[in-house]
Amino acid sequence: MNDLASLDAFQADKAEPIDNIMQQIAEHKGCGTSGGSGKASCGSSAGAGDMPPEIWEKVKNHPCYSEEAHHHYARMHVAVAPACNIQCNYCNRKYDCANESRPGVVSEKLTPEQAAKKVLAVASAIPQMTVLGIAGPGDPLANPGKTFKTFELIAEAAPDIKLCLSTNGLALPDHVETIKKFNVDHVTITINMTDPDVGAEIYPWVFWKHRRVTGKEAAKILTDRQLQGLEMLTANGILCKVNSVMIPGINDSHLVTVNREVKSRGAFLHNIMPLISAPEHGTVFGLNGQRGPSAQELKALQDSCEGEMNMMRHCRQCRADAVGLLGEDRSAEFTTDKIMEMDVSYDLASRQAYQEKVEEQRVAKVEARNEKLKELAGEESDIKILVAVATKGGGLINEHFGHAKEFQVYELSAGGAKFVGHRRVDLYCQGGYGEEDSLETIVRAINDCAAVFVAKIGHCPKEDLIKAGIEPVDQYAHEFIEQSAIAYFKDYLARVKTGEIEHVVRGDADIRQGAYAPV
Amino acid sequence: MAYKIVASQCTSCSACEAECPNVAISEKNGTFVINPKKCTECIGYFDVAQCVAVCPVENTCVIDTSYPRYQAPA
Repeated sequence: MNDLASLDAFQADKAEPIDNIMQQIAEHKGCGTSGGSGKASCGSSAGAGDMPPEIWEKVKNHPCYSEEAHHHYARMHVAVAPACNIQCNYCNRKYDCANESRPGVVSEKLTPEQAAKKVLAVASAIPQMTVLGIAGPGDPLANPGKTFKTFELIAEAAPDIKLCLSTNGLALPDHVETIKKFNVDHVTITINMTDPDVGAEIYPWVFWKHRRVTGKEAAKILTDRQLQGLEMLTANGILCKVNSVMIPGINDSHLVTVNREVKSRGAFLHNIMPLISAPEHGTVFGLNGQRGPSAQELKALQDSCEGEMNMMRHCRQCRADAVGLLGEDRSAEFTTDKIMEMDVSYDLASRQAYQEKVEEQRVAKVEARNEKLKELAGEESDIKILVAVATKGGGLINEHFGHAKEFQVYELSAGGAKFVGHRRVDLYCQGGYGEEDSLETIVRAINDCAAVFVAKIGHCPKEDLIKAGIEPVDQYAHEFIEQSAIAYFKDYLARVKTGEIEHVVRGDADIRQGAYAPV
Repeated sequence: MAYKIVASQCTSCSACEAECPNVAISEKNGTFVINPKKCTECIGYFDVAQCVAVCPVENTCVIDTSYPRYQAPA
């Protein structure tokens, strides 16, 4: 495959920005601050043993708050909140495509009554669906009537479902009391800056007190309201996640400061996401050529903020009407027309029975990992590698290479296996791309990985991967990811020691823009 | 005069509906429309027309010149 040769040029392009970020990391030296509630000892990837029981109880089956949970539990968003009160340069409300997946995009909006019925329909069909979020497509708190009516109806009909919402924060301080009243115990605030100079480049305007406010003044109002809202929520014991969009050259270095600011105000989790800015989306950033970060730039920034703050790396930047496990979208099965025809009976007992099974599998997975981890004890090596995993969920290596729409990425070191991200490789909606290019796309997406774990892989892609320096591994088919990854890494170190293989530092990888195809 | 919504541009986000002090805006056939008989261009309420200020698409809430300029009651 000749195209693979062009990867060298691709890596060279991306080299300089990484150096910049490494410099920032060196200057920053971790995000720990003396403020706030002390060390939140609950990594987003952590399990029950690493966090206070009351927090674990809140996050253990919330796929967006717990990396560990996202392998097992599903969420859904209902698009009841179309209006927005600010304008962001990465958002274009005009654009909608059913095959497009990103925040702010939705195919049909729902009334609160339709939304409640949809939730029951999905909860009955997908028993591991534990979380209902309202994330737009506008801002939930710019549509408070619809948002809270929806919560009220769902709390009545399906009291076991966790409620959460995601907001830009402008209206947040006005609604904290209501959020508390409806037992919404997870709130996500998108905070891209705390410096109005930076904000002026991201937000053209906010609608505030019956005026359209622009420039630095707008950004100042927004950041003040966001931080005030965050403080109010955490003071009320509501778990807060902060989302930040990483926009290279605009707020990438500044996000280290944002991380410090939100941590000191008690945020539980920080989710730094790559900018999506394809020109066809028609956003300001898409049209002015603003690029998104590379995979390694994103990881470097996330690593630099990890210090004492939990970083989320499993966000799929989903649609405001997404349904299913993170990384899958089953929204097409639950359109309004289909739902209104469904005869839904909400069977709490069978949902609980199913979830108990999920818990059993989960415990087995953690035990298998911990058992394997003991074998790594005593290994002294500075070697770190990334591996890509084809999975359909459940924490298992259970997807065929050729069927994978995304790969999960784990960092392996003497300390164990750590989830550090995911890479999309689906080709749907990418005009002009055929089968010929699909392997090249995959290699670009996992080019920083030393190996790819699959349930099965064909002969041809196997050879091409080896040529690209990525080892295809199918010997752990249908086994647990972390346990297998640790076993692989142990073997990898042994092979390096004997000289059978040479450890090479891999290059950068691409973050794919655009669509997930609905299943 | 009154404001009107350019239907081809409207994202149907409903942001204007809640902001209109005259309750002049409603949804019709998937997009939002302004009832010119109720629209006061926000004169007497706000310095700027609220639908224009909150609309996410530029030049979507525009003056409809086929109606006479609104005069606030003396």
